[in-house]
Amino acid sequence: MFHNLLYMAMFLLSVSTLVALYRLIKGATASDRILALDAMSYNIIGIVTILSIALNTQNYLDVILLIGILAFLGTVALCKYVERGVVIEHERDN
Amino acid sequence: MNMNVITEWIVLLFILSGTALSLFSSIGLLRLPDVYTRSHASTKTTTIGLISILAGGFAFFLFEDGVISVRLILAIIFVFLTAPVAGHLTARSAHRAGVQLADISVKDELREDLEKHRKEMGGKEAAESKETQS
Repeated sequence: MFHNLLYMAMFLLSVSTLVALYRLIKGATASDRILALDAMSYNIIGIVTILSIALNTQNYLDVILLIGILAFLGTVALCKYVERGVVIEHERDN
Repeated sequence: MNMNVITEWIVLLFILSGTALSLFSSIGLLRLPDVYTRSHASTKTTTIGLISILAGGFAFFLFEDGVISVRLILAIIFVFLTAPVAGHLTARSAHRAGVQLADISVKDELREDLEKHRKEMGGKEAAESKETQS
């Protein structure tokens, strides 16, 4: 019972990841795609958490932190690219 | 398994509520017409859903192994801090890059404020440049 419900939760999270993937491919603007990438990475973090519960191991918990940090840094870099056209600015203000 | 049935159901309550919230946010990501409304659906619900799933994992390892998992606490704090910032950045960069609102939206107050601010700043800069020229 416990494991069946865990696998059902993993299935629903993967459905939600696929919906975000649809928005990533279809998305009208670049900001839609950034948003969908963010949602996909959060759903994958949830899948990894439920997998580590179902397998009763703590070895996958590093993956959660790693994907979280990578998703945040990628979102910040892509947003700066959409806003200004460059990621790392070389010119000073004055 | 030597785990109590009650603790199993507590873990399942956390995980299934988080999963339902993530599913609702994906429906919002699919159906809403606009970048801004999609960011409203995505960030709020995904943040709370993911924190609920991570809390379920924390409760599982606390009850099953008797271990307080520091990595899960760090992940909860990190997601709670960074996910709203990421959503705010996405909407801000979209508005500054000139992404249009949906046709059914009524008012764009940020654009009016930005135009007013730009007009004031432009007037000041023009006056300053006149002063320096004279």
